[in-house]
Amino acid sequence: MTTKPTTITGRLWVLTDPDGHLYDDIDTDMIFHNRYLHITDISQMGQYALDNLAGWEDFAQKARPGDIIMAGRNFGAGSSRQQAVDCFRALGIAAIVAASFGAIYKRNAINSGLPIVTMPGLTALADRFHSGDEVTIDFATGLITLGDATFQAQPFSQVQMDIYQAGDLFAYGQTLEEV
Amino acid sequence: MGQTIIQKIFQAHSPAGTDVSPGSIIWLDLDVRTARDFAGANVVQNYRTHYGDAPVADKDKTFFTFDLVVPAKNIPYANNQQICRIWAREQGVKVYDVDAGIGSHVAIEEGLAYPGSTFVGTDSHLNILGAVGAFGQGMGDKDIAFTFKTGKTWFEVPPTMRVIVKGKIEYPCTARDLTLAVLRQLGSKGALGRAIEFYGPAVEELDLAGRITLASQVTEMGGIIGFIPPSEEIVAYARQRTGRDDLEPVYADPDAEYIETVEVDITGLEPLIACPPSPANVMPVREVAGRRVDSVFFGSCTNGRFEDFAAVAEVVKGKHVASGVMASVVPATRTVFEQMLRSGVLETLFEAGFIISNPGCGGCASGHIGMTGKGQVQISTSNRNFPGKQGAGETYLASPVTAAWCALTGEISAPV
Ligand code: SF4
Repeated sequence: MTTKPTTITGRLWVLTDPDGHLYDDIDTDMIFHNRYLHITDISQMGQYALDNLAGWEDFAQKARPGDIIMAGRNFGAGSSRQQAVDCFRALGIAAIVAASFGAIYKRNAINSGLPIVTMPGLTALADRFHSGDEVTIDFATGLITLGDATFQAQPFSQVQMDIYQAGDLFAYGQTLEEV
Repeated sequence: MGQTIIQKIFQAHSPAGTDVSPGSIIWLDLDVRTARDFAGANVVQNYRTHYGDAPVADKDKTFFTFDLVVPAKNIPYANNQQICRIWAREQGVKVYDVDAGIGSHVAIEEGLAYPGSTFVGTDSHLNILGAVGAFGQGMGDKDIAFTFKTGKTWFEVPPTMRVIVKGKIEYPCTARDLTLAVLRQLGSKGALGRAIEFYGPAVEELDLAGRITLASQVTEMGGIIGFIPPSEEIVAYARQRTGRDDLEPVYADPDAEYIETVEVDITGLEPLIACPPSPANVMPVREVAGRRVDSVFFGSCTNGRFEDFAAVAEVVKGKHVASGVMASVVPATRTVFEQMLRSGVLETLFEAGFIISNPGCGGCASGHIGMTGKGQVQISTSNRNFPGKQGAGETYLASPVTAAWCALTGEISAPV
């Protein structure tokens, strides 16, 4: 089995609201609006990512593969739609860092092998991060490095790391005898 | 050490000796796994890609419930529903088709979800099943395809918090106002990543419809699930629906450990309303009264039961919806529709000028009924009012009784 990197470096997009604060409660309708729910082809999903989030309607044009998204609390609240994860995979987003995630969103991301990192203290540190910054994230330790500074986020759980390494939930399932 | 409700359910649904303390990741056996009309097509696609023609783990525990856009209003939805039907036929899996109603409600009525059971599907409001003391959980289409094949899934045991509601519900307040009061106190993240157990006399007295209303909004509190310990009435109902006389509900141990206990005092409660842009933005109806209303939507998995519509009929009997107001009703299920038909509630609502639709989710997703245009003010008994969710207009969430008064007066008005 090939092993995937557990440390990545990428360009940051800090999702801020119209007042300039780190965006909390970005729900799945803001990430991937329900008017596109009939789309099942992942390659068609990237273009609509965040296009219902005030100030970020053109995100899909700006994002490049390898970029990292940062958001506030409860990212991905709302519905269970997988497209809200897949639209970022389609764009090649390397990781999402947030103060916390909606529970279903967290599962969907983990099961898809999209790296998501929870950083409970992020809200208080939000002014340290800016769009365009280059950060390094270590999934195994939860350390985020920005220039000379390091910040502690939560490391991947064992099941998250296993699924990430396997590729996705299905590939992981094949590695389990029990299942 | 004692266990909470979720720990007990998980213990009974995982391999012997599993550690179910909060934070542990367990393999959870699922009594029922479902997909609904839209994400169902993605589930099928995932299943075919990864498992080919292999049979599902257990066809008698696997179901489709079509409720989102029923019957299909456009070709993509029609296609997706048909993809599910054809695959279900091949697999011998039962489809609750476009006539049945909201999947979570059908699950309760059909005895597919019952106290102590585990149930997953592609509907993010499946935690509503906490209303009957069952563990329900919405998941993505990959997750569900995996459960179709394996009958199980990994799950992180959440910590449990306790919400104790003090005081009693007094008309014109309803279960929805109690729910809004809890939301006001907890906010959109108050239960993030947690299970809730609800206690207190006002909660214990809730009927099934009221329990559904409260349980349905746990998603909006950020919670994994909210359990309402089954009353004798609920246990009797579940025994009858499942045909299992020996069905025993699951209750928490007296020495169970809770991460937090929150008391919500509803003494002297007045009718509440959630204003745009979020379900947790709750204030007394009185404070926003007088605002012109363009449309009123009655239904959804939060307030789509017979008892909800009967309460509306009570308010509007012999009266008429204000001119210029569009008032629409979407029963949760075919059973609810039948109750309305036979009890005369349907006739009362028809005579009062309501649009009455077939059962389902109605305007809650990008459905048929109740989408709003720019500048439109909508009062809705559904569960979310995020920007853009119900269209370009502004949505306020309130109880069926409050919404009925708004429909009659054409403005936001507190019921009396
Ligand atoms: S009524 Fe709305 S929230 Fe409830 S199941 Fe249907 S779409 Fe989901």
